[in-house]
Amino acid sequence: MRATAIGKETQTLRTLPGDDVRQILWRFGDRFDLQMLVQSVRAVARGPVARAVANGARHSHQWTKEKDDLLREFDAAGITSVFLDPEFGGYLAGPKNLALALTAFELAWVDAGAATASLAGCLGLAPIHERGTPEQKAEYMSRSAPGGDRTPLRGAFCLTEPIPYVGVETGLLSGKVRIAEWREGQEPLLHVTKRGRFITNMDFAGFVTAAVDSGDPKIHGSCMVILEKTDAGVFDPGAPARKLVHQLSSTTDPIFDLTVPASRIVGGYTIEDGVVVPNYSHSEIIEAVFRRTRVTVGLMTAAKLLSAVEPLIRYHRERFRGGESVPPGSPRFELGLQQREDVLHRLLEVWSTGEAAASLGFSTARLFDELDPLEREKERVLAAQGVHGGTALFKALRKRQPDAIECLTLAAQPAGRRNQERYDALAADPVVRFLALDAQANVLCPAVKLWNTGHGANVLREAVSLMGGYGITEDCPGFLGYKWMDAQLEATYEGPEAVQRRQLSLTMTNEVFLAQFKLWIGEMRRIAARYPGSGACALATAMELWLWTLNHLQKATDAAGVKLYSGNRQGVTFPLADALCWLLASRAQILDVVELAEQGPSHPVVSEGLEGLQNFFTDLCHAQAARAAGEVGRICAELVFGYRRHPSWDAEGDYQGCYQEDELIAIESLVPGMSAWTPDMIREDGSHASKAGPCARMDGLHDFTRLRAKLDGCLTGSLLARDRAAHALAHVMIPQALDYPA
Amino acid sequence: MSVSYQIVVCAGLAPDPLQTLEPVPGPALKNELALPAVLDPWAAHALYEAAHLAKSRPGSKVYLVALAPKAKLQQVMMTVAQKLPFELIALDGPMSGFADAAEVAAALSAAVSGIAGLDRERWLLFGGWESATRGAGATMQMLAERLGIIDQFLAVDELRVEEDGSLRVWERVEGGGHQVSLCEGPPAMLAWATGRLPEPVNNPQIGMANMRGVMPALQRARPAPPLGGGIEYRKVALPAQQRQTRVVKDAAPEEIARELAAWIRE
Ligand SMILES: Cc1cc2nc3c(=O)[nH]c(=O)nc-3n(C[C@H](O)[C@H](O)[C@H](O)COP(=O)(O)OP(=O)(O)OC[C@H]3O[C@@H](n4cnc5c(N)ncnc54)[C@H](O)[C@@H]3O)c2cc1C
Repeated sequence: MRATAIGKETQTLRTLPGDDVRQILWRFGDRFDLQMLVQSVRAVARGPVARAVANGARHSHQWTKEKDDLLREFDAAGITSVFLDPEFGGYLAGPKNLALALTAFELAWVDAGAATASLAGCLGLAPIHERGTPEQKAEYMSRSAPGGDRTPLRGAFCLTEPIPYVGVETGLLSGKVRIAEWREGQEPLLHVTKRGRFITNMDFAGFVTAAVDSGDPKIHGSCMVILEKTDAGVFDPGAPARKLVHQLSSTTDPIFDLTVPASRIVGGYTIEDGVVVPNYSHSEIIEAVFRRTRVTVGLMTAAKLLSAVEPLIRYHRERFRGGESVPPGSPRFELGLQQREDVLHRLLEVWSTGEAAASLGFSTARLFDELDPLEREKERVLAAQGVHGGTALFKALRKRQPDAIECLTLAAQPAGRRNQERYDALAADPVVRFLALDAQANVLCPAVKLWNTGHGANVLREAVSLMGGYGITEDCPGFLGYKWMDAQLEATYEGPEAVQRRQLSLTMTNEVFLAQFKLWIGEMRRIAARYPGSGACALATAMELWLWTLNHLQKATDAAGVKLYSGNRQGVTFPLADALCWLLASRAQILDVVELAEQGPSHPVVSEGLEGLQNFFTDLCHAQAARAAGEVGRICAELVFGYRRHPSWDAEGDYQGCYQEDELIAIESLVPGMSAWTPDMIREDGSHASKAGPCARMDGLHDFTRLRAKLDGCLTGSLLARDRAAHALAHVMIPQALDYPA
Repeated sequence: MSVSYQIVVCAGLAPDPLQTLEPVPGPALKNELALPAVLDPWAAHALYEAAHLAKSRPGSKVYLVALAPKAKLQQVMMTVAQKLPFELIALDGPMSGFADAAEVAAALSAAVSGIAGLDRERWLLFGGWESATRGAGATMQMLAERLGIIDQFLAVDELRVEEDGSLRVWERVEGGGHQVSLCEGPPAMLAWATGRLPEPVNNPQIGMANMRGVMPALQRARPAPPLGGGIEYRKVALPAQQRQTRVVKDAAPEEIARELAAWIRE
């Protein structure tokens, strides 16, 4: 990682990064199971899925045979069983967040609807996986495993309802559960009624996990229930949604009116004073489910951004070939539109956004893989102390928060100078470790979903533009037009952007997270010292500015004296959440490229041509860090100043601070030039300069302005990095044709 | 009569021939080694044919003997190992069209001879009739000679096991025809052309089972004896490209058909 000007001797990117590079960046070089999974899923994505899309399978809202055939392909390639543990017919042991992330990534590289179709089954099972009883797990997991010629049971997840209830606000449900029959000494039978809206997989689902509220005094609160197609009553998949996107997945508006045994309550229940009390409310389950599956969705958009790079380079490069006035060998023939700086710069933005999004998504998926066993370990430890579920658990964890913060603070101190014994004890404590990781996960999950899909959709539009007229046709190589539109769904389902921003505004102020965030600032500075060209320093400054702004906004009030940082002030909290996402994405990208710098040289395949690749990726990081810094600077400045009242000539207090004309004349005679520093002056006749009012004051904000100015300075060199990367883009070798039909 | 076989498939790696790299302007050399590696396509057909044969003959076993750079071989195994159960015997060595066929055959022969428990009555030696990196079509013959297998078939497109256990083999000959031979039975060497049977789909479950043997085999992989010691290349050049394309606008279909027919008759 370095920063030098373009010179002949500088190595640059030779080919697009292949699997070996990705395995290092995304840390699965030692996971052969995952490497195989990637190859297996890729064969399906770039084979049958791509052919279906090219044949126009997306043109129908109906669930056609062509779409249905893909399910068999998923079964055969092991995609359906990725989610299952080996004891239930799966083949991957241990946590599966990274595995699912890679699966979604590979499928969405070609078509995100295919990714949705394959993963919605996991979503249907997820409530059972996260909170189901051991019996429920065994039953539904094993029936979901493809085996021999048996068609596996496929699931759907049903939360969303027709208006007026469940949407972004997941609290209010009109789906109801009541007691249908409860014979003395026997298990109650439940009557479940629910209408769903936009439910994925319904055309072929054999079971549904549905969120319902109690409509009966004999049932407490809300819960999720498992409904089967063969249950007594109505299990109607309903009409297909006329969606504009993800047409390879099935989406309908189902109707359920069924009688099921109470054993179908996900996670089981107890009976207290003659009332059925579900062990988990629907929102507890949904929270556990979504915090994992949302990461996967974020990676779909990341894949699409990265998949756009190769077709765009090819289009630009070959743009003028074949024209009579463009002889082979001429720059126009060889480089085509790549002769123009703007296409290179814009494509770099697409690429870089894709890299940052993928780095952010995969690192978060890995974090969940680490968190999953820790979560169970923490439960075990606390249970041994007599703490079980609900509020008791919540309180017990809160009590340990200071320990987690202390642990992070100690981690920041040099090993020789901290209380090592205390640090070792805290660092080995599963509850402390859980709290630290959980606080990160609570921020990173919504960040992935929000930034990757929301900002990603904007950048995909840019990718479509870069393909000109082709971009907006079905013939566009790489299906870019579809990918752009599809991103809008990724930004919407499993909680649209507003939900992610709302969640971030809560979780990003968690003290454990903030202690961690401070460590990350130091980490970026240390990386910057080793890899000065990576943009890590600019990023660290931007992180400081963000932190300063958050602290400030949490205390500050607006011109009317109303608190700024509060749940209902989304104009404050939401942009600050957006800013944080930019930082996290850029940080993840830098960390991955550092990993490549450190692991690449000893890798037998990657080491060849590593220098050029490393230079390119480093420049890409730098450009991305500068973009992030720019966004953060803008957002923070708007928030810090935007809620203050602008001084006016009419308000007495405002211009009282201004100099009078004769005062200035006196000062000028003592210190010549001094008046240049005082823009606002009132003349003897009371007149003043022609502008909105006296200039705004910076009282109490000097730290901010100092940091902001420093941040602007940190942008130094970032566009040189972009120029170098642009040069690489115009010289990289690409395959002659895309490896899937379009 | 149901015989089970021990099928030893020899396969190297080649830069993915479906992914030629677009040369960049300027003096940069087109570096094929920068392409992702795949199992040499001809040998891959042999492996898939072996997979189908082994599946239809319970008790059969497939061995894959590969001489290739270990790290690249590992990557390729992530796909290939999902297609059929096999035991890998890996030799760490170069992947290039410049390796001499005789030396490669010698290295492979040593590796094949090292397989414990090979029974000549059940032994079929498979490979590609040529390689995507080199079209000499000599390695498999030399290997068979070294291993003392005298029934040798080249450019095989189909193998059928007869009731009595004899082998009926279709070899490609000129003009799209086949020469059909009957061979008493193993041991025999079949160097495959494209074969007839489909590539098995990936099955991660098979892959996971294979990996238990593949990873240790890769770790054990001995460096092949240095290749290229015995030969010297005086000159290397790309074959001169011949291209007979004419761009003709607005030609009538009849005219195009007439011209094509004339060309074919020629
Ligand atoms: C193709 C497709 C497949 C789907 N699959 C499933 C499925 O399998 N299972 C399932 O349960 N659901 C599914 N959904 C539903 C999806 O999850 C919801 O559409 C999504 O969560 C948004 O809910 P809504 O459409 O009711 O939007 P609304 O709740 O009406 O929100 C619309 C917009 O209003 C604003 N808004 C709303 N509330 C707030 C707030 N509190 N603060 C700030 N802004 C706010 C936001 O801008 C938001 O984007 C699917 C949807 C589609 C389109």
